[in-house]
Amino acid sequence: MTKTHDQSQHDEQPVISVKGLVNRFGAHVVHEGLDLTLRRGEILGIVGGSGTGKSVLLRSIVGLKRPNEGTIEVLGTRLNDLSEEERSQVERRFGVLFQRGALFSSLNLQENIALPLIEHAKLSREDAEYIARIKLSLVGLPAKAALQFPESLSGGMVKRAALARALALDPDILFLDEPTAGLDPIGAAAFDHLLVTLRDALGFSVFLVTHDLDTLYAACDRVAVLSQKRVLVTDTIEKVAKTDDQWVQDYFNGPRGRAAQTAATSSSTTADLKE
Amino acid sequence: MPDEWVTKESGHMSLQGEWTLAHYSDLKGALDRQGNISSADSISLNGLKRLDTAGAALIVELIGVDKAKQVAEWASELPKEQQALLVRIAEAMDTPLDIQHQTPHRITDALASIGQSMAGVWSQQRQLLAFVGLVLATLLPLLLRPHRWRFTATVAHIQQSGLNAVPIVALLTFMVGAVVAFLGATVLADFGATVYTIDLVAFSFLREFGVLLAAILLAGRTASAFTAQLGAMKSNEEIDALQAQGLDPIELLVLPRVIAMLISLPLLAFVGMISGLVGGAMVSTLSLDISLTQFMTTLQKDVSVTHFLVGLSKAPVFAFVIAVIGCLEGFKVSGSAQSVGSHTTSSVVQSIFMVILIDALAALFFMEMGW
Repeated sequence: MTKTHDQSQHDEQPVISVKGLVNRFGAHVVHEGLDLTLRRGEILGIVGGSGTGKSVLLRSIVGLKRPNEGTIEVLGTRLNDLSEEERSQVERRFGVLFQRGALFSSLNLQENIALPLIEHAKLSREDAEYIARIKLSLVGLPAKAALQFPESLSGGMVKRAALARALALDPDILFLDEPTAGLDPIGAAAFDHLLVTLRDALGFSVFLVTHDLDTLYAACDRVAVLSQKRVLVTDTIEKVAKTDDQWVQDYFNGPRGRAAQTAATSSSTTADLKE
Repeated sequence: MPDEWVTKESGHMSLQGEWTLAHYSDLKGALDRQGNISSADSISLNGLKRLDTAGAALIVELIGVDKAKQVAEWASELPKEQQALLVRIAEAMDTPLDIQHQTPHRITDALASIGQSMAGVWSQQRQLLAFVGLVLATLLPLLLRPHRWRFTATVAHIQQSGLNAVPIVALLTFMVGAVVAFLGATVLADFGATVYTIDLVAFSFLREFGVLLAAILLAGRTASAFTAQLGAMKSNEEIDALQAQGLDPIELLVLPRVIAMLISLPLLAFVGMISGLVGGAMVSTLSLDISLTQFMTTLQKDVSVTHFLVGLSKAPVFAFVIAVIGCLEGFKVSGSAQSVGSHTTSSVVQSIFMVILIDALAALFFMEMGW
């Protein structure tokens, strides 16, 4: 959704602000005093080793897991204080892409995307399916895919269709859980590009959990590192890569990290040359 | 107020307000009322407050893809983000969006689906026979090699499908036993032959109900469990992994289950017979004025051991059929979790069907033999 008014004022207020978040599973503490902010219109990459609670953080913010302590403010309201009805109103402004797509297997693609349009926006089935086909085309799927069922799709197509469903209601915030995992490098690069163009056109903010270094370099405005049960550092990727922490150094300056960095800088220089 | 979304004055159209999903039907209605614009008409987007993909799609539809792509030239006053959105949506709508639905042909479709399900039944039976053969061909050579028997797995399955099913089998047959006794008493009382209730309960439970109820319960309880276990392994590629390592999934997964069932079901059938008799005895003593001693004596005197053996002889057959169908359906699972569900249903339906069919055939056979 593109807003023209009070742009500067909105810039100052973050769309998501997490303060002092604590998440426990029994005796196992996942987050302890975690702070995080997501600014309007940015793509924030969340990285961290396996088991550092990246997905748990995402689930806490979208309301699938109730945090043990701490406050989560989304779009200026505290989710925990709201009634079911008000909460559902806020949650309509989220789009979530789950790790394995989570498309409804009993519906074909256009019905998958039309479902929230019919349920929430009260469109007629015909209008909803028309808009669904536009969304499918927007994420680069051909029109004939609209009638296909999720089980007959390849991994890349599932991710794209799931993105189209996440975008169905024109969300203000898009949550992506490992969107490029399981895609081949070409598909993953195309997805990064798609994400950035859609963000520029539709103006949503993105909370992106990923392991993919190329995605971090290609798509993210800022990167937050989850380590030791909290957010270690949040900044642009160049600055994060210089953080004095063993894990961060291994991650960003290991062989794969350096390869991604080289790829990112060389592609940006070629882009500069073209201009 | 005239029309807040679209106004048209002498060939100039201007759009205003919030062009978003929330107002989609209103916007569409407003556009319908105003009609199309010809390309000569000028259009102004100055009044737009908000715009999202749904609103942009309507605008692109109104002005055409080409004009929308050149939005920068004729609507430069529009904010950059909204221009980008319009261009992006125009690109997305630059492909044919209408899809052709195939018109259904009712009669031929109906015939085709009848044919399909007949062919399905046929191939299912062939697969079942082939699988029975495969299991037997793996089982028999293995009997001669005790060092390859898998005791742990077999005992675990006996516990799951046999021991854990004892309470439900006992309770169910107990209640059916009581019901049969009541039924018998009601009918036989007219002839003054209430005492024959004992024979009725004993015959029906030893010959039929004990084993049949146990088998139907296990068909629901264990065949479905086998299908779900093997189906989950199949969709997780575990069975492929076994084969790739040169291990035989029939020997590792199917045989322990089949053997566990072959041991469990006869025992459960016995439990069923006994607790059916107990149920009958309880009703007899408590409400039919037949003493427990009389019940026991009649049982000893009137009911020969043949009936018990006839009933019990069916148990291994049922056990084999239930286990084999449960495992076969598990192997048929492909990929998705949905497939696990549909094959689990199918395995329960098939095994109950087969159990009752075999029971009916066996009843005919035993009657002809005079056993």
